Parts: sequence; structure tokens; C-alpha cells
Amino acid sequence: MKVIILQFPGTNCEYDTKHAFESLGADTEILWHKSETVPNDTDLLVVAGGFSYGDYLRSGAIAKFSPVMRAVTKYANNGGKVLGICNGFQVLTEAGLLPGALKRNESLHFLSKHHHLKIINNDNVFLEKLDNNDVVNVPIAHHDGNYYIDADGLKELYENNQIILKYCDKDGNEKNPNGSVDSIAGICNKERNVFGLMPHPERAMEKLLGSDDGIKMLQGFLEA
Amino acid sequence: MKAIVNVSLKAGVLDSQGKAVHHALESIHFNNVSDVRVGKQIILKLDESDETKAMSDVTKMCEELLANTVIEDYNIELIK
Repeated sequence: MKVIILQFPGTNCEYDTKHAFESLGADTEILWHKSETVPNDTDLLVVAGGFSYGDYLRSGAIAKFSPVMRAVTKYANNGGKVLGICNGFQVLTEAGLLPGALKRNESLHFLSKHHHLKIINNDNVFLEKLDNNDVVNVPIAHHDGNYYIDADGLKELYENNQIILKYCDKDGNEKNPNGSVDSIAGICNKERNVFGLMPHPERAMEKLLGSDDGIKMLQGFLEA
Repeated sequence: MKAIVNVSLKAGVLDSQGKAVHHALESIHFNNVSDVRVGKQIILKLDESDETKAMSDVTKMCEELLANTVIEDYNIELIK
């Protein structure tokens, strides 16, 4: 299992992500954004969190034109598995690999805390280790995490079961930290090979640090 | 030629910054403001004398990079 982790100027979660996947037994490699290709033996490509290009203009807006993104798009269109975490999710929406957009949090505050998430749809490699309606506890850390999609787009997400995670409280009742449409925390594309979420499963790998619920989430990719 | 591009959230997309600024204006007793939208302005200096070409180029820039048309509208003003 080979996990490739993208690194743009301003990415800051690439080493956490590397550590998380290595602790699950995967081989990992950090790939600088200047690369024009994705290694042939890539099993999963992760667009890691951070602040690519300082979030200038809009989060993810400049990163989508990095040389590597053309290769990522090709890789994804050929069915390759892609996971965008936080800023990675923003990059994937900007690049058009996932629908919708991420706006400034409704409260205008940067949010950095643990938050509960409900599994809405486990019919995909990412969340297949979990059951629908399971609740996990995973850190969030974002300023622009307010997911937006228009009414037609939202209908399509529901119809195709593309909403995979929603924000909730510890009992699974919907609870919205940032103003996201329908409390959406994570989605996938129609083909179910591109995933994006604002929360950080790679930061929930140790009970000692508050939660190890990220293990069950990321493990899905390893056993695919 | 100069192009002034104004980008703002689409009507119907909640503008939290606009709302916060509106509240702040009310708190300093400007009670005659009915709505506030916050956007950004991008000023481009263009080496181009053909207005039609300039407009078409800047429109492409907006569609591809300067605005995210999922959530934002833009307008372009050219100044000779």
C-alpha cells in the first residue's frame, strides 16, 4: 500500500498524515507540488491540510494551478483514490474534483477543537470500516469550513449518496459548528474515488491525544 | 489599460462578514443601513489597448482564477 501525500508551499499537515498512515502499516511518500506526475504505484493520494499559498485569494485557489494538480486530476479521472483533508478538501473543490465550495465559517472565527461526526454513508472505501450513524470524535481546525452548494447540487448529493459525514453532538444529533449546508462535513464524488472532509482524521490516531477514531476511518483505504 | 475587478458573494449566499460589519455599524448608531456585502477588489494593469480583447481576457481570468463562480459573482470595469 503506497500513500502519496501532496505538499504545497504552506501545507502543514503532511507529516501528521505520513505518521498516521505509517502507523497503519502503509508506505508513504511526500510529493512536492512541482512534480508533474504521480508515481505509478500510488494506491492513495492525499491532499494534506494546511494553508497552501497562504490561502491567498481564496483557500485552495492558487494550489489548483500547481503542476502536480494536472497529474492528480488525471489520476482521479482514471479511478485513482484521492483524499482531501481540510485545505486538501478546499483544493479539490477549487479544482472541480468535488462539487461545492468552502466559505468563511459563519461565526467568522477560526475553529480548533474536537467535534463529533456522524457517518452518513459508508458505501465507499473510506468509511467502510464504520457503520452508518456511527459517531466519531475528530479534531477540526479551519477558518473556511462552511460548505456551500446550491439547492440543485445538494439534491444531487443526496440522490447519489455523496454526503458521507455530517457534524453532530456526541449522541449523533445534528450540530453545526461552521454554517455548512445541512451540517455537511465530508463528501465524495459520484464515482466514489475522490473524498473530501474538513475534519482531521490524521490527528485522531492516539487515545492519549483525545481520540483514536481516525484509525477506523483511514484504515478503510488500507484494506481496499 | 487598467481593469478593476470586483468579486463578492452571490446574492442568496450568506455573507457572514457583511452581517458582522452591519451589526458593527448599528452598534455605532448608523441605523440607516439596510444591508452590507463585503467583497474584494483586484486591480490589474494590462499591456493591452484593445478593449474587447482586454474584456475577454479578464473575463477568462475571473472564470478560471479570480472568482469562484460556485459562490461568487464578479464585475469588470476597464479604465483607459
